[in-house]
Parts: sequence; structure tokens; C-alpha cells
Amino acid sequence: MRAKGRGAERTSWPLRRAGITLLLGLLPLPLILGSLLLGRKGLSPSEVWASLFGGEVSETARALVLRVRLPRILAASLVGVNLAVSGAAFQGIFRNPLVESRILGVSSGAALGAALAMVFRSGPAGVQTCAFLGGLLAAGLAILLGTAFGGGILVLVLSGVLVSSFFSSLVSLVKYFADPYVQLPGITFWLMGGISSVLWRDVMPLAVASSLGVVGLFLLRWRLNLLTLSEAEAQALGLPVRRLRFFVIALGTLLTAAAVSVSGVVGWIGLIVPHAARALVGPDHLFLIPASAGLGAAILLLFDNIARTALPTEIPLDILTGLIGVPVFFVLFMRQIRRGGGWK
Amino acid sequence: MSLLGSNLSFAYVPGHYVLSEITVEVERGEILFLLGANGSGKTTLLECLCGVRVPQQGTVLLDGRELLRLSARDRAKHVAYVPQFPETAFPYTVEEMVVFGRAPHVGPFGRPGRRDWERAYRALALVGLDGLSRRPITTLSGGEKRLALIARGIAQEAPYLLLDEPDAHLDPANQHRVLSAIANLTNEGLGVVATTHNPNSALLYGKKVLLLRAGRTLAAGSPNEALSAELLQEAYGIPFQIVGDPIGLRAILPRVER
Repeated sequence: MRAKGRGAERTSWPLRRAGITLLLGLLPLPLILGSLLLGRKGLSPSEVWASLFGGEVSETARALVLRVRLPRILAASLVGVNLAVSGAAFQGIFRNPLVESRILGVSSGAALGAALAMVFRSGPAGVQTCAFLGGLLAAGLAILLGTAFGGGILVLVLSGVLVSSFFSSLVSLVKYFADPYVQLPGITFWLMGGISSVLWRDVMPLAVASSLGVVGLFLLRWRLNLLTLSEAEAQALGLPVRRLRFFVIALGTLLTAAAVSVSGVVGWIGLIVPHAARALVGPDHLFLIPASAGLGAAILLLFDNIARTALPTEIPLDILTGLIGVPVFFVLFMRQIRRGGGWK
Repeated sequence: MSLLGSNLSFAYVPGHYVLSEITVEVERGEILFLLGANGSGKTTLLECLCGVRVPQQGTVLLDGRELLRLSARDRAKHVAYVPQFPETAFPYTVEEMVVFGRAPHVGPFGRPGRRDWERAYRALALVGLDGLSRRPITTLSGGEKRLALIARGIAQEAPYLLLDEPDAHLDPANQHRVLSAIANLTNEGLGVVATTHNPNSALLYGKKVLLLRAGRTLAAGSPNEALSAELLQEAYGIPFQIVGDPIGLRAILPRVER
């Protein structure tokens, strides 16, 4: 009986981590509501409230909130969720904190798909679809190559890097042949990332991919912990390591490709957010996945708010994440390291 | 009821055998020590016995059934393997690392439950690490990491336990604590295979010894038979002396000219 009581007391220890996780997971909700107020046309909180939940409000305001701002804000949040969660999962299974969601060439593949779609003049829906398929194709190729050469972690990362550079060269090739006045600027802007002109039609498939990927990875949360051990250790503990790793890669690729197909190339989120989340709630994926999701959504939403309101024209997201995010997190992590925790 | 590797040969590079025609058997309730110079194939043999490596020749029989025919999960329920060092890039706490040993008993979408945590704490207490259970494993000393891994192997509750150098990096008290804890577990029916570089561990706690040289069996049998001064010299290439007291306790020391 004594042992039982002790066990119960110890398992309740992660309460603090659970609390922080809950806070981070809920963080996007107030931010989403607050972001609805922001925009070129000022709206009062009561107008936003009335548009969302019914009430007296002008048709223009209602359309602005429901048809323009809400889909964009949701898309930004979901892109943040996808990049951060897939980054956390990839860092875990590749057993390397410097890996990120684009490690298998997903964003280069997506860029190629998008660039081709633009050259062949398909509409925005076509660009999104082709980007998504291009992302899957690149990751699929990387996995095939990696498996053909033994399937170890290092080989997979290496084939991801190779596929990534190959597809980047293909993107350059497409740019070279693209119409320099109409198509080339479009491709260039897509490559710098951004979530302008998102419609509900674009948000829906993203939401489906996000739910599938996040739920799938969350179900595997304890197995993900075990996959951070060496392959021999995980095998000796009874895990079908290769098969599990494949599932995780498939889910992570789905998340990344869906995000990138909406937002274009957005760097950095999939690398740093999981780090920040791990510093706050520890390496257990039970907490790490929801914490990364909340933090990723919140941070991407903040950046997208800046992107759409700071200047008269849209600022590309990738520029913002790099220019603001990198210095901020550099300072945060230097402090963390100096206090003796952090990067291990 | 035994774990039997018969006629095992293994090569990492085709043609270069690191194990050649090794036969080894451990029964439930006994400890077998594997000795041999660095690079003689001890770790590879352990990895073949738990199914992590597939030998090019020979079979491993687990209580009469072919080990490699079982699923990875079934294997892990029957054979626990404790490598030399934990390899994780992330700072899991000691208790989290030990409860990983419950993996074969937890479903793919599940998490360790109360019973699993109890086993983990019991194993931690057995190796004397219960005071460090919430420290990140990355902050532990080498010896403490070993103890945590051994606890993980014990928490796995497999009838066979394979230990890679359980007494390395430990102070004499911890060596004794770990090896006598394992000896107690064998009294409850556990079969243990442990590699060691300390022949005296085998004399004190072992029931059987397998002495390897360059991937081949040099000697097999009881510790007293297999660890003679001549065989040890053949295995390690330096002269040894065996000292004994009237009660029959023996110790093995390198022969030193003074």
C-alpha cells in the first residue's frame, strides 16, 4: 500500500507542466479575438462581437469580420500549429534539436508545385493544391531515397537535404523561364511567405490536415518519447521503430505540406517554437505537442497581424519571422543557457 | 526454460565475422558473465540475443521458440536489454527514463499507468536511485546514468535480462549493490547475461562464464574453470595470478613484477 501511495504522489508531479501547457494551449483564443479588431478599417469590439455571435451590425462590418479577417486569422493560427507541431515531432524522431519541419524537403517541393502552377496560370486554388502535392512528393522522394540506403536517421536527413536542394534548383529553373513581369513577382512573393487573400475555401482543407496530423501525433505522444532513444534501444524496448517512424514522418509531412501550401515558405517557426515549448514544459510529448501548437499559433498570428497592419502594403511573413523572431529568441535562449538550462 | 543462442555468427561487414559459431545458454535463475578483451564481440552477442541484430548464421531460442519469429513487442516482454549508456538528445527525468522500460506493456496510443509507475519506482529503489528520480538524466554522472538504465531493464520485467557492463563506471559500493540486486532477482527466477571487464565480478556473483577471444569461444563453464590464469592470459594477452584464501574465496589480479 505504501508503494501505491508513493506512486500516486509522484505521478501527480507534472501538474505544473500541465498548467503551463493548458495556458499555452489556450493562448491563441484571446489572440484570435483581439486580432479581429486589427485592420485597416477600425472596428469596435461590439461590432466584432455582433458579427460573430449575431446582433445589430452593418453588412460591411459583418462581411469584413466573417469573410475576410476570420478566415485569414484562423489560417495563420493553423499554419503556426502545423509548423510547430511537425517541428516538435521531427526533432524528436530525428533525435536532433536542430532539425525542423522542413527537414525532408517539404517546402522546396511545395515551392516547386506553386511555381509551376503559377507558370501554367492556374488560380489560387490550383497553386495551393500543387504546392501541397509538391511538398508530399519531395518528402516522399526523401523517404524513398533514405529507405533505399538503409533507412537510418542520418541517411534520411541527408536525403532530405539532397532532395531539398534539388527541388530548389528546379524552382530556380522555373523562375528562369517564367514571365519576368507577371509570373516572376508572384513566385518571388510566394517564396517569401504570406497569408493574404485567404478564403474559407482555403482554410477548410488546412483545418482537416491540421486536425488529422495533430490528433495522430498526440495519440502517439508516449511512443514519440521512446523514439528519441537510439534505434537499438527503442527496438529492444519492443517498438517497431521503422514503422512508427514512418507514421510520424507521414503525419508531420501532412502538417508541413498543408501549412506551406497556404502560407508559402515561412522559416524559423518549426525550429524555435518547439525549443521554446520544450524549455517551458519539458520533453514529454504529452505536454510538448499541445504547448507547441498553442505557442506556434500565437506567434504566427502575432507576426501575421504585423504583416497585414504595420505598413500600407503586406510585409512577407518570412522576412518578419527572421528579422524580429530570430533576435528575440536569440536573447531568450542566451539567457536560458547562461542560467544553466536549455539547449541540452 | 532457457535463452539459447546456438552456433551464432555475425558480421557487420560481409566476410568479417565479429562472432563465429558462438553457442551460449542461460537458464532462468542463473547469471552468466561474458568476458573478453575490448572488441571481442561481447556487445554484439548481447544484441543478437535480444533480437536487435540478426545473426547471419545460427538461431536464438527463447524457451524453445525462435526469437526472431516473435514480434518486437513479444521479444521485449521476454528479453530486456540494458545498453552501456542512455542515448537521448532530450532531458527526460530519471523516472521518465525508467518508466520507458514499461513500453512493451503499454499500448501504442497509451501511456504508463499507475502500475507501471509503481514498477518503475520499485526498480529505482532497487538500484538506490530513488533520491534522484526527478533529475534530468542529462545532469547525472556516468555511474548514475548506468544505474538508471539498469533500473529501466528491471522495470521491463522480462524473464531474461541482458546487461552490457553493469559494473562499469560504478564505485565499489554501487557495483556490489547492483550485482547483488541482480543476483537476488535471479533467485526469483530471472536469467541474466552480463558482460564485464572485471573477472572478480564473475567469481563473486556468476554461475557460468563464457570467455571470448576475437569472436570465438575460448572457454565456457563455471567461473573457476573458465577463468584460469592460463585462459585469461590467452584472452587478454597479459599474465594473471589467482590468489585464494583458505575458505576458498578467490581473486584474479594481473601479475605484476615488483
